[in-house]
Amino acid sequence: MSVQFEPVIVGFLCNWCSYRAADLAGTARIKYAPNLRPIRVMCSGRVDPQFVLKALLNGADGVLIAGCHPGECHYVNGNIKALRRFLLLKKTLAQWGIEEERVQLLWASASEGIYLAEKVNTMTEELRALGPLRWHDKVLGGNGAQPIPVKEV
Amino acid sequence: MNDTKSPLEHEEKVGVYVCHCGTNISKVVDVDDVAKWAENNPHVEISREYKFMCSSLGQELIEQDIKEKGLTKIVVASCSPHMHEGTFRTATENGGLNPFMFEMANIREHDSWITDDEEAATQKAKALVNAAIERVVHHQPLEEIPVEINPNTLVVGGGIAGITAALELADGGNHVYLVEREPSIGGHMAQLDKTFPTLDCSACILTPKMVDVDHHPNITLLTWSEVEKMDGYMGNFEVTVRKKARCVIEEHCTGCGICIEKCPFQVVDEVFEAGMGKRKVIYRPFPQAVPKYPVIDKENCAFFLKGTCKACEKFCPTEPNSIDFEQEDEILKLQVGNIILATGFELFDVKRIPQYGYGKLENVFTSLEFERMVNAAGPTEGKIVLRDQKSSPKSVAIVHCVGSRDENYHKYCSKVCCMYSLKFAHLVHERIPDAEVYNCYIDMRTPGKGYEEFYDRLLKEGTNFIRGKVAEVTDSARTAEEEGKLIVQVEDTLIGRQRRVPVDMVILSPAIEAQPDSKEVSQLFKMGCDFEGFFIERHPKLDPIATMTEGIFIAGACQGPKDVPDTVSQGAAAASRVASLISRGTVMMEPIRASINEDACSGCKICNNMCPYNAIEFIEEDGVSRVVTALCQGCGTCVAACPSGVITGAHFTNDQLISQIEGLLWDMRELEPVPAGKEEKK
Repeated sequence: MSVQFEPVIVGFLCNWCSYRAADLAGTARIKYAPNLRPIRVMCSGRVDPQFVLKALLNGADGVLIAGCHPGECHYVNGNIKALRRFLLLKKTLAQWGIEEERVQLLWASASEGIYLAEKVNTMTEELRALGPLRWHDKVLGGNGAQPIPVKEV
Repeated sequence: MNDTKSPLEHEEKVGVYVCHCGTNISKVVDVDDVAKWAENNPHVEISREYKFMCSSLGQELIEQDIKEKGLTKIVVASCSPHMHEGTFRTATENGGLNPFMFEMANIREHDSWITDDEEAATQKAKALVNAAIERVVHHQPLEEIPVEINPNTLVVGGGIAGITAALELADGGNHVYLVEREPSIGGHMAQLDKTFPTLDCSACILTPKMVDVDHHPNITLLTWSEVEKMDGYMGNFEVTVRKKARCVIEEHCTGCGICIEKCPFQVVDEVFEAGMGKRKVIYRPFPQAVPKYPVIDKENCAFFLKGTCKACEKFCPTEPNSIDFEQEDEILKLQVGNIILATGFELFDVKRIPQYGYGKLENVFTSLEFERMVNAAGPTEGKIVLRDQKSSPKSVAIVHCVGSRDENYHKYCSKVCCMYSLKFAHLVHERIPDAEVYNCYIDMRTPGKGYEEFYDRLLKEGTNFIRGKVAEVTDSARTAEEEGKLIVQVEDTLIGRQRRVPVDMVILSPAIEAQPDSKEVSQLFKMGCDFEGFFIERHPKLDPIATMTEGIFIAGACQGPKDVPDTVSQGAAAASRVASLISRGTVMMEPIRASINEDACSGCKICNNMCPYNAIEFIEEDGVSRVVTALCQGCGTCVAACPSGVITGAHFTNDQLISQIEGLLWDMRELEPVPAGKEEKK
């Protein structure tokens, strides 16, 4: 077992830009932290804030949402909708005492494999410094709070 | 397709196939361990590892297992779905299942290729495989959506790329709308004098093609026109084109040119003559312009400015008169099935590098200015002269890589500058035999048929080659021999010494840049452009012609710097891609679309404004919203927005994604209290 804490980051990558950026990082054999576990969505606008909460609830230490650059969205402006939701979600997360580094949004075009890899490295470093999220202790534990109502499906 | 768990889920039999990809995956990921481990998942019927899943044997393995073991769902853990999703969907279908009963786990690009840490990579592979298994059990059979392809095509840009594409398609019997924003087609190639390395007369090889376009029964030529809007999707685009008022009635005009002759006003031609010559206010950019009709430059026309003159109208010999000062812009709506963008390039503004002196030192020229100067039909009738229009230079320096291969401007190589700079050197030698020519280059880049031979020829013609990046061009002399000259300060890296080369004329070879409005154009056509503004191809190696948007193709320098033969090849390739779609008639589109459960819809209309395609309409009488499937592109933003959770995004349902998240975090479960009745996975 390594001594260093290795965070697990769930990534929501849009099919057209950021997923391809991650593909490109791989194809170019750019080495970066293997802590990101990607999920492909068609558009960052598909990322329901519930998904982010679900990931944190299920033990992820952080969530990365990545879309096309503003103005370059394959679906015109889905990334802007992702941004809106992200900003609202951030406020909510702050209320629960969840550090803002844990949920991040970034824009990476299909050609920005290196950039995406660097960002994953940075985020991994940040989360290593923060340590595990421990949603159940931190958010729910101790103060009698009820579980966050995440829609059960 | 509600987001409720299907009772069938527990009867699913998933087949898992973990690919070694030679050693691409197995070098880092313990493939055997992953495959063996996957068997523990209660949904999994069989889990295998195989050297190359994409091989025909690998695919047959899937097909056989479906038939023999009664598999209901397939997971392949290998490369990116962008690489082989289609391959394995076909294998799934060949085995007798709906092709969407398949899910891919990307353990190559996203895993084995990005780390050397075998333990971490194997753990990540397990997470990705498990996520795919948990997701695939929720997959629903989907039918691809047939789309009819309208056989008409829109080509945007009338340079050599657009001309080639339009002619290829039209010759094959398909109708083409060719839209060009300048008054004539021809593009940059029409401005050139000679083409390297053959030294063909550029106009002589281009103008016959332009005339072909003009006369082709299958081509509708719309010059002095711009695309304003694009709606629809592959096969059925509706494009709005603004045909700007020429103030000349095309049906009456014979192109005789008398109006141009009689027009009493002249302005500097900044476009075609690159500021080197003048043109009339009613003008054709050049004598062989296609179409032949002139256009009135309203900004400079005396009639539009002061309300007098009308010389063109007075002298127009046609009956009825072809001049129409009242003419208004026309808005055309074109129905097309495919679009080829061939919008070309712009040259780097050399004034951005002030130390090269352009604009301050009068005998510093740009390549395009020089190109017009050496053109026999250009402003100096082919004579190489200084700005005074008389004296011919005794020495000329040609500066390569102005704005290219430069961290401060463009990192990329503009590809054609070395070759045309060599061509310039040749033309100076040819026209002023005793002139000294200095080519200052960083590296000489001459890949191409006959290109290196051309460089060799120039070496023998006596050009002075200086390997080094020019630091500055100045007129401040340090010695008597520099007096009155332009001094090119350059480090000659081959002899390791700074040199000051006094010359009479300096030609700057600027970088090829994307069009300044390429970003807006890419947004208009709902596809992407990179940071430099060049349009993004679907795949940099295997598909430099298509874009991420189905039905939209790119050709020529709008995709990246290119010479004429490459541009022509890409134009023809784009045409053949479109022709192939047209001949198929109907193509199948991915059924990734949203749908609303109208029984549960509260009619809040939140989704109505979310949709970037206006694909959601509100049904007043029922008080619910409905997705117009033909318009929906499947982004899923409405699905995420629906407060009642009654919109289903096919193949990206809440069910599927939530299960994927759960599966992905299988090893993090100890942090969560296990809900009663839910079986522990690990």
